[in-house]
Amino acid sequence: MDLPTLWFWIVAVLFVGYFVLDGFDFGVGMSLPFLARDDTDRRVLINTIGPVWDLNETWVIVAGAALFASFPEWYASLFSGFYLALLLILLALIVRGVSFEYRHQRPESRWKAWFDQLIIIGSAVPALLWGVAFANVVQGVPLDASHNFTGTLLTLLNPYALLGGVTTLLLFFTHGVVFVSLKTEGEMRLRAQRLARTSGAITILAAASFLLWTGLAHGTLWFWLLAAVAAVALIGSWITNARGSERVAFALTAVTIAAAVLALFASLFPSVLPASNDPANSLTIMNASSTPYTLTVMSWVALCCLPLVLAYQTWTYWVFRKRVTRGVVEADIDGSMEVSQPIGGSSV
Amino acid sequence: MLPTTTAHGEPVPPTRKDTVNDILDPLLLARWQFGLTTVYHFLFVPLTIGLVTCTAVFQTAWYRTGKLHYLRITRFFGSIFLINFAMGVVTGIVQEFQFGMNWSEYSRFVGDVFGAPLAMEGLLAFFLEATFIGLWIFGWDKLPRGIHLATVWVTAVATIASAYFIIAANAFMQNPVGFTINPERHRAELTDVWALLTNKVALAAFPHTIAASFMVAAGLIITAAAWHLARNQHLDTMRSTLKFGLWLMIGAGAVTVLTGDQLSVAMVSTQPMKMAAAEATFKTVCGADASFSLFTLGTPDGSGELFSVRVPYLLSLLSTKTFDGCVEGINELQSQYAQAFGPGDYTPVLWITYWAFRWMIGLGALHVLVAAVGLWLTRKGRVPRNRWVWRAAVWSFPLSLGAMIVGWIFTEMGRQPWIVFGQMMTSSALSPNVTGLEVLISLVAFTLVYGVLAVVEVRLVMRAVKKGPPDVGEPNPHTGRVEPATTVY
Ligand code: HDD
Ligand code: HEM
Ligand code: HEM
Repeated sequence: MDLPTLWFWIVAVLFVGYFVLDGFDFGVGMSLPFLARDDTDRRVLINTIGPVWDLNETWVIVAGAALFASFPEWYASLFSGFYLALLLILLALIVRGVSFEYRHQRPESRWKAWFDQLIIIGSAVPALLWGVAFANVVQGVPLDASHNFTGTLLTLLNPYALLGGVTTLLLFFTHGVVFVSLKTEGEMRLRAQRLARTSGAITILAAASFLLWTGLAHGTLWFWLLAAVAAVALIGSWITNARGSERVAFALTAVTIAAAVLALFASLFPSVLPASNDPANSLTIMNASSTPYTLTVMSWVALCCLPLVLAYQTWTYWVFRKRVTRGVVEADIDGSMEVSQPIGGSSV
Repeated sequence: MLPTTTAHGEPVPPTRKDTVNDILDPLLLARWQFGLTTVYHFLFVPLTIGLVTCTAVFQTAWYRTGKLHYLRITRFFGSIFLINFAMGVVTGIVQEFQFGMNWSEYSRFVGDVFGAPLAMEGLLAFFLEATFIGLWIFGWDKLPRGIHLATVWVTAVATIASAYFIIAANAFMQNPVGFTINPERHRAELTDVWALLTNKVALAAFPHTIAASFMVAAGLIITAAAWHLARNQHLDTMRSTLKFGLWLMIGAGAVTVLTGDQLSVAMVSTQPMKMAAAEATFKTVCGADASFSLFTLGTPDGSGELFSVRVPYLLSLLSTKTFDGCVEGINELQSQYAQAFGPGDYTPVLWITYWAFRWMIGLGALHVLVAAVGLWLTRKGRVPRNRWVWRAAVWSFPLSLGAMIVGWIFTEMGRQPWIVFGQMMTSSALSPNVTGLEVLISLVAFTLVYGVLAVVEVRLVMRAVKKGPPDVGEPNPHTGRVEPATTVY
């Protein structure tokens, strides 16, 4: 494999990591209005992702930086071309991130309600827009001879891309709801299983039409193979969820996302950003990539780091493997009330 | 060498002067946006760098001695650090994206070189940091005490490592090394990654920035301790905390000054125009004439000065480490550059560089002085009762952060009109296909969101400071673990 090809797949793997991981915490965020009956429920839900949302989000930072280092032209054309869409994603990620940290800082319910809204919006917007963006990359966008995007925001909001956005939105939603059933107990777990049955069915419809559309327009052999894996996994996850084995169901939604993202990359290869107006203007792994020297250096760094990253992140998930229960959350609220009593004569 | 050209080769003269009036000028808007978002990101970063390390030190003290008051201080500063950390993370993502969004020609031109340290930062540092911070916050009752202590140290090391890579990236913009220009593709290409990572500007700027970050953390510690001591509360923890903060301020201040001196030398040898602009000296001066003006009345930007207080030889010392060195003036440098790179204006905005440089040094010196006085006043366990002592001490944090910010404003504005010194102009770095309106929309959106968050953040930090160190129960006698600070969001 030559270096640009290797890096094409490393970038793909980084995005797979991002969507599989941040995907479920987008889903948990979006599920707040569907699954929570009271504030304790909301806290249970947020605590299922509490220790990990930040490390999940870091995958997109690393994916972006890897894109910049290995395919500067791709990074430059993509990020300047999808300007307003990325702006919305950034704003959503900002309000979502601070809401997790800030909602528990004050006891007033109005304060919390504000941040709950921001968590829901901040999770739904990127879940939708990442799909729109990726679908546009696969489909191609108008580019001039210097690879600058010449369309507008409306160019990006075409039916195929919107279907892509709806698909990721639903897929992440279901992925997150299954994650909730894996991480909670009792009433909440049952509620999540029930919701995943409904949302899973709709997701299957959306994903099937999106993959079919993609395949008919841009399908390659590898695309069809990977898309088939994604389809089987998604249906499998619906069945296993209905049978109440959430562990397998979650593993299968993760496989679905991974296979679907890889399928999109496979349909793209060896282009990285096709020009819809004139194929001569397309960006490919050859004309977008960095020099062999830079790619070699970066390959060594990635080779040394990624296994280590996977090891300590797996360990983290293992440390926090326990289910989050209402009991634990309530006990902790009582505990923190005590702690916040003034001590040592302080009366502020 | 490829001077003032776009990635496609046509020469672009600096356009700062003729476009200032145009509100929808994408260049001006994009520069404002980058300045705003980066300064904002950097409001949180230095405190993270300094405070996570101090928190690790406090926790180590608790681990070693088992004294509960160390644990309480750890929790106290830990909670402030966490409020701050969230903001650092979410504003950092913006930094990463906006090179491509607003500065796509820049990204195309430098990506082969500049992308590498950014990617290394992600792979080597951010992953570690984001993972271990979660382990630390939520791991109090889930990890053995020693391993839990290790998680905060790993976070601290990762944070400092991330600063190194980003400063190495920035140093390439100040002093490009380890690359060649590929004329066909109009881009800089990396030839020597080691040269890139050991850029002499990076080697000098890194310890300077880290030491300055510790001054900021010391500032926060002093502010928080002074707030409580002035009210005569939490004496048990806050008296020793204040001492720690004061000593840290003096130590970090000394290192900042020493490394700042190194940095001046590196700067003069790589960007002499920046030093000339820092002093607003138009003519080349040598020896005693190379004096450093502490204060100037009048117009440092051209028409001359009315009154100034000067220290002879100091500028020569700062720039060359000798008494009889020469410092080139703006006029000479301007004509040298015009010859080398073609006609244009190669002078940064002088009033900004002049005053930013002075405020950085002045505020820093003031802090070391105030900390020394503070140590004297609190010697042998005294607690001064004069209200003015405490009123002054509470300003410690905002002012040390201010010194840090003006230092960066000096560094970045002093590089203008270059985005990569000697290689690419800021005016040719812009995304050609992004309209002024789009940049304006994003500038307004960021300003609004950042503005609201700033208010919330400041209130939360003040609330956490006022709450004082929390009470914590004795560790579980069997496991030695303590209950978590917050398991609950
Ligand atoms: C608390 C903050 C603080 C304090 C007290 C000082 N500095 Fe500083 N300085 C910074 C914080 C800072 C910084 C972190 O903001 C900068 C911006 C870029 C950098 O690497 O560090 C900086 C940049 C910076 C530069 C520009 C480097 C360049 O553009 O290449 C010089 C020449 C100095 N400093 C010199 C000094 C000297 C001689 C000081 C005292 C005698 C001093 N600084 C105190
Ligand atoms: C270390 C990493 C940094 C990098 C890679 C970086 C890069 C850049 C870039 C690309 C620009 C826009 C183009 C230009 O105007 O030249 C810029 C401008 C600017 N940066 Fe930085 N920067 C860094 C750190 C900082 C920090 C920490 C601050 C302040 C706290 C800062 C303050 C500014 C300001 C005020 C401008 C606007 C200057 C102007 O346009 O006149 N930068 N920087
Ligand atoms: C303009 C250039 C910059 C870029 C592209 C950038 C990028 C980022 C990103 C993506 C994050 C989030 C990381 C996470 O999720 O943990 C971040 C946070 C951070 N950045 Fe920056 N940054 C810039 C300027 C700086 C500078 C100049 C420094 C240090 C001297 C710095 C140090 C840090 C640190 C320590 C964090 C950790 C989180 C925190 O701030 O609380 N950054 N930065």
